[in-house]
Amino acid sequence: MLITGRTLDQGATVEEKLTEEYFKAVSYVELSEEDFNALNLQEGDRVKVKTDFGEVVVFAKKSNLPKGLAFIPMGPYANQVIDPATDGTGMPQYKGVKAVIEKTDENVKSVKELLEAI
Amino acid sequence: MEVNVVCTFCGSVCDDGIFDTEKFKTKRLCKLGSSKFSKKERIKSPMIDGKEVSYEEAIAKAAEILVNAKRPLLYGWASTVNEAIRLGIILTEKVRGVYDQCASVCHAPSILAVIEEGLPAGTLGSIKNRADVVVFWGCNPMEAHPRHGMRYSISAKGLLVKDRKERKVIVVDVRETRTARQADLFVQVKPGYDYLVFSALRAIISGNADVVPDEVGGVSKDKLIELADIMKNAKYGAILYGLGLTQSRGRDRNVENAIKLIQLLNRYTRWVILPMRGHYNVTGAGEVPAWECGYQYAIDFSRGYPRFYPNEFSAVEVLKRGDCDAALIIASDPVAHFPKEAVKKLKEIPVIQIDPFPNMTTLVANVVIPSAIYGLEAEGTAYRMDVIPIRVKKIIDTEYWSDEKILEELLKKVEELMG
Repeated sequence: MLITGRTLDQGATVEEKLTEEYFKAVSYVELSEEDFNALNLQEGDRVKVKTDFGEVVVFAKKSNLPKGLAFIPMGPYANQVIDPATDGTGMPQYKGVKAVIEKTDENVKSVKELLEAI
Repeated sequence: MEVNVVCTFCGSVCDDGIFDTEKFKTKRLCKLGSSKFSKKERIKSPMIDGKEVSYEEAIAKAAEILVNAKRPLLYGWASTVNEAIRLGIILTEKVRGVYDQCASVCHAPSILAVIEEGLPAGTLGSIKNRADVVVFWGCNPMEAHPRHGMRYSISAKGLLVKDRKERKVIVVDVRETRTARQADLFVQVKPGYDYLVFSALRAIISGNADVVPDEVGGVSKDKLIELADIMKNAKYGAILYGLGLTQSRGRDRNVENAIKLIQLLNRYTRWVILPMRGHYNVTGAGEVPAWECGYQYAIDFSRGYPRFYPNEFSAVEVLKRGDCDAALIIASDPVAHFPKEAVKKLKEIPVIQIDPFPNMTTLVANVVIPSAIYGLEAEGTAYRMDVIPIRVKKIIDTEYWSDEKILEELLKKVEELMG
């Protein structure tokens, strides 16, 4: 289950979106220790996050999340895979999207490459 | 020289910052606030298709795009002041466009819930002075509003509730956030189960605990009863909630159920509920259109009068359906924050951007108009998250035009073209 949200680093770099700092602040996924180990990951490895709505390659990070939950900071990476349906409210479902996560050798796209691919 | 600065980052709008004009540095503000007032890359000059031009030329081109469009989308407004938003509404009406604002992908479901249920709210001051129980539900102020706890809701020293020891802090969330680590009680809910947890609490508080199963949304009945007891026995309680409720399954219904819980608690004691608003004036982006034309977001003027219907007129829906043929984006960055299906349309249509900083929307914009930073280079009025208006200050001079001046000139130009 994938959720997205704000972080301090995302907020502190949000007015500098074309910088390396912003890229670092939003291009990762946090996983529980159990899931992280089950995928045989090392800190900094890349993973592909796939949902019914798209896929995106991001860096993997270990965190204290409960097993089965994944967190990507709000931003262009998260937006590749969230549910765009708004159920009449105008609000896409940014939190609570079923996702499959696997280890990958593919590169993490830059913010600009991500936009070009849309 | 050190001067007082009113922070224009998050919805807390901290008014006690200090800015050193020589060192270009702030004191007292959090990491987010300090970053707001630090030196960083700006859009250097107005641009048309990447070519540097004057403000007048860029505004003339922007006016031409808006007048020639059948139904432009005018979106953003959360990081600008009320004076500019007011002009934005007038402009949207004039060009028969769609007005939408950042709450559309933030607290819009709260607006829908408030339309249904009303908002039993208080101010941050009343929470600081009176609240002996504070529940943070689906929000993480330690990262999104870092000084909120210190100034109002966790360790704040109030008139009646004197310090942290006299205030019980509860966090309800799907993960153990930084805020959860500050709490006296942390209740972990399964993602998407908040609605059920509110219903269970309502049942327990109204004396119907027997109908509640042993576990609801990953929370044991014992823990729910404990939480219900704390809530019922509070002298003055506050639920402060965030996007954990509005962006997950249930959206506006989650908030509705939370308000119903507050209504019920008010039969026994005093409780208030407040959304934790993100941008410093996203509240104004809803309040100003509400006093101008009756609605807060997703407002269509294509028939010459305002209509509100989020299913059709919210920015994400308009873009996904391709219902607009130009866009003016001000004080926000939808290319970074909208789902990719909506961003796709923004890449296809003429886009005008008004913003102090280059961001992802700059990359797709045809006309870019740089603006002054409110709170630092321009003054105006913003609504704090509890709808208290606060004057944000001008501290240093700038060559950049303010949003207000840009919109004034743009409006003049549009009126000229339309005759």
